[in-house]
Amino acid sequence: MITLIVNGTRHQVSVPPDTPLLWVIREVIGLTGTKYGCGMSLCGACTVHVEGRAIRSCVTPVSAVAGKEVTTIEGIPESHPVKQAWIADDVPQCGWCQPGQIMAATALLAANPKPDDAAIDEAMEGILCRCGTYQRIRTAIHRAAGTTSKGGAP
Amino acid sequence: MSGIVTMNRRDFLKAGAVLGGGLIIGVHLPLGTAAGMEPPGETFAPNAFIRIGTDDSITVIVNKSEMGQGVYTALPMIVAEELEVDPSIIRVEAAPVTPDYNHAEWGIQATGGSTSVRTEWERLAKAGAAARMMLIAAAAREWKVKPDQCRAEKGFVLHRASGRRLSYGKLAERAARLKPPAEVLLKDPKEHTVIGRPVRRLDTPAKVNGTAIFGLDVAIPGMLTAVVARPPVFGAKAKIIRHDQAEKVPGVKRVIPIDAGVAVVADSFPAALKGREALAIEWDEGPLAGLDSGRQRDQYAEMAKKPGAVAARRGDPDTALKGAAKRIEAIYEVPYLAHAPMEPLNCVASVQPDRCDIWTGTQMQTGDRNAAAKISGLPPEKITLRTMFLGGGFGRRAVPDSHFVREAVQVSKAIGKPAKVIWTREDDIHGGWYRPTFHNELAAGLDAAGMPIAWRHRIVGQSIAIGTPFEGGMVKNGIDETSVEGAADSPYEIPNFLCDYHMAPAGVPVLWWRSVGHSATCFVKEGFIDELAHLAGKDPYQYRRQLLKKHPRLVGALDLAAEKAGWGKALPEGRGRGIAVHESFGSIVAQVAEVSVGTKGEIRVHRVVCAVDCGRIVNPAIIAAQMESGVAFGLSAALHGAITFKNGRVEQSNFLDYPIIRMDEMPRVETHIVRSTEKPGGIGEPGVPPVAPAVANAVFAVTGARLRTLPMTPERVLAAASGK
Ligand code: FES
Ligand code: FES
Repeated sequence: MITLIVNGTRHQVSVPPDTPLLWVIREVIGLTGTKYGCGMSLCGACTVHVEGRAIRSCVTPVSAVAGKEVTTIEGIPESHPVKQAWIADDVPQCGWCQPGQIMAATALLAANPKPDDAAIDEAMEGILCRCGTYQRIRTAIHRAAGTTSKGGAP
Repeated sequence: MSGIVTMNRRDFLKAGAVLGGGLIIGVHLPLGTAAGMEPPGETFAPNAFIRIGTDDSITVIVNKSEMGQGVYTALPMIVAEELEVDPSIIRVEAAPVTPDYNHAEWGIQATGGSTSVRTEWERLAKAGAAARMMLIAAAAREWKVKPDQCRAEKGFVLHRASGRRLSYGKLAERAARLKPPAEVLLKDPKEHTVIGRPVRRLDTPAKVNGTAIFGLDVAIPGMLTAVVARPPVFGAKAKIIRHDQAEKVPGVKRVIPIDAGVAVVADSFPAALKGREALAIEWDEGPLAGLDSGRQRDQYAEMAKKPGAVAARRGDPDTALKGAAKRIEAIYEVPYLAHAPMEPLNCVASVQPDRCDIWTGTQMQTGDRNAAAKISGLPPEKITLRTMFLGGGFGRRAVPDSHFVREAVQVSKAIGKPAKVIWTREDDIHGGWYRPTFHNELAAGLDAAGMPIAWRHRIVGQSIAIGTPFEGGMVKNGIDETSVEGAADSPYEIPNFLCDYHMAPAGVPVLWWRSVGHSATCFVKEGFIDELAHLAGKDPYQYRRQLLKKHPRLVGALDLAAEKAGWGKALPEGRGRGIAVHESFGSIVAQVAEVSVGTKGEIRVHRVVCAVDCGRIVNPAIIAAQMESGVAFGLSAALHGAITFKNGRVEQSNFLDYPIIRMDEMPRVETHIVRSTEKPGGIGEPGVPPVAPAVANAVFAVTGARLRTLPMTPERVLAAASGK
């Protein structure tokens, strides 16, 4: 039995300790907001927070987060400036990558409340969006941070 | 489209089926779908697309798959306009699979070809208008006044003189007892308050808070999860399957050979994956075991030496070429490309003795439903297919052989339980159904003034339609229309013209890939015309303009893009601009890319200005989003994308070696929409084709290196620059 704290709720799960956190969240706990895109830490769709830091849950064995605070997209309050900005800028297209984008953006702003475009690139370049919503993501992060963007590739 | 429209019989079938005080008209909703859960008698369902509840809820049933392109917003907006409701209150439901929801032109339920708004506009506007008229009639009857003294506004019917009003919900049961009107009155476009506005997407909140349910998110009681060991070479068959080790993996329940390969069924995805790794399979690799991209390239070049099937011919290009003042020849090549939607393919199926349920993100419901019927042995009406949100489609989820649905049905049938089949990203990249690779040979001749008098374009590539149910409609005289679209119908005015085509041997599974043939032909046409302009010593924008005199809409888009991009104005040192214009899916897009090139040959795209003429528009915000999306998608292909083969095997496997552009590579995209009253055009695809040539032309402007092969990798840029 491994104890997990996901979005403030304790869960006892009995899975092999090397099971990736992603699949425990999705298949055992039943929270499907966290997405699978590559399974190899290449796309960021599975990004969640562990103790406030953005990590890739597809390559994180569940045993590594035993007893730690895990936050998923469902655990970010609706009133969070990032979620609000995402709605204001109508960021999502297909939507599959967006939970990962939002988790990366919330972690970024928690660590760096006023990121410039370079800081945004650095924090976000690991989260792929096949629909190409990057421009709106940048705008939304600036909106949430109350900063302005020069926009586009430097 | 405004004014009186006569309703045809098909729009409002079966009026009069009274069920306990309410009325359901013309809708045959199988039980168990969301649409069937409404209790009868409380819902006003004037047609297959609209339901109004006594609680004032407005539901629009959408027969198109939402894969990011915005149909769950644009189509409800069309209804909202005529129904006189605020679009933001509309609930959207995915249509079940019945003929009522077939594509208005294709006779099957499907989403593709950038057709959704174009083909549904009239039908949905009529549906909304008819519902509005019935609600007004119900209120007028209640108030004992004439309908023309009443009007509808924001979900209410109002009586002008007395100031009385009733909400649609209050009128629902009464309206349900009325006959649909024989004729409907559509609003004058001048009075539109919804259409043409940047209405927010209706699916955004669910996609921001994680509650949107995609196919991969579906879980039903008793369900097991499977992954499939797929052939390492296309067409290979499993000869010997050793599954004892796989079956020992904790959680693995069954190992089952199916058409697609060997399915490993487990109680979780990680267990299924481990089980698959523990399988030992000997494959009979079949005829493609030696497939090699280099050799295939030579084979295509060899085929191109002979004339192909003629797709278009004007004048006498060979003679004109001989007499030309200047001649130019070039070879353009584009690779196989995977769609790589961010949500890997998946399907949940539950086969029971008397019914079969499917949950999946598909672009082709009817074919998938029929395939499930065949495998389960049940009649099609016993199959319930629920279309979930699609985590990207780009054509990949419209498969003529329904493979990702078939395999789930096969597994469920074999285990007697619900089954979810999941593709890993590696399965997706290895899995075929690519945009075909094309080899293009070009020759052109200019007159003394530098204008083209001859243009010859030979195309070699696989057909996406051959051997599919679409072959009859798409392949004529040995020519797959999608292999030559955008090339054979080039709008440039050139008196002597030839476009011919060799259909390359089938084998690698190929498919429509966002913008289909245009994804290749536009790169060739717009690259080569740029070469002609430079050979003539003319400005490539003006050169195009001169050759497009008979196409005012193309010129309009070109002018708008050039103007907004500041064409001709000075740029910072080291930057260059490239331009391209192309018509596809009923719309015209011109783009100007602003580019710089690093010392290692790396291309940086700073800005892309898009001018789009897609006729009458529904939602400018969605158009802008689709331009941004098209640029990103096109840029991934222009800079990075290639699927290649060695020893019959795909050499790429995941985003490491099949990269798509990232945040730091995204240019600033600006979208300018040409005001138009023309027929509506598509918007999901037309933003893709001009990207690669605009970038290639910009690279030429800044470096003098002409790139004729995609992707434009740093090595190719350096090679072109040193050989210029
Ligand atoms: S699924 Fe974890 S990074 Fe892609
Ligand atoms: S919104 Fe579709 S992958 Fe990002």
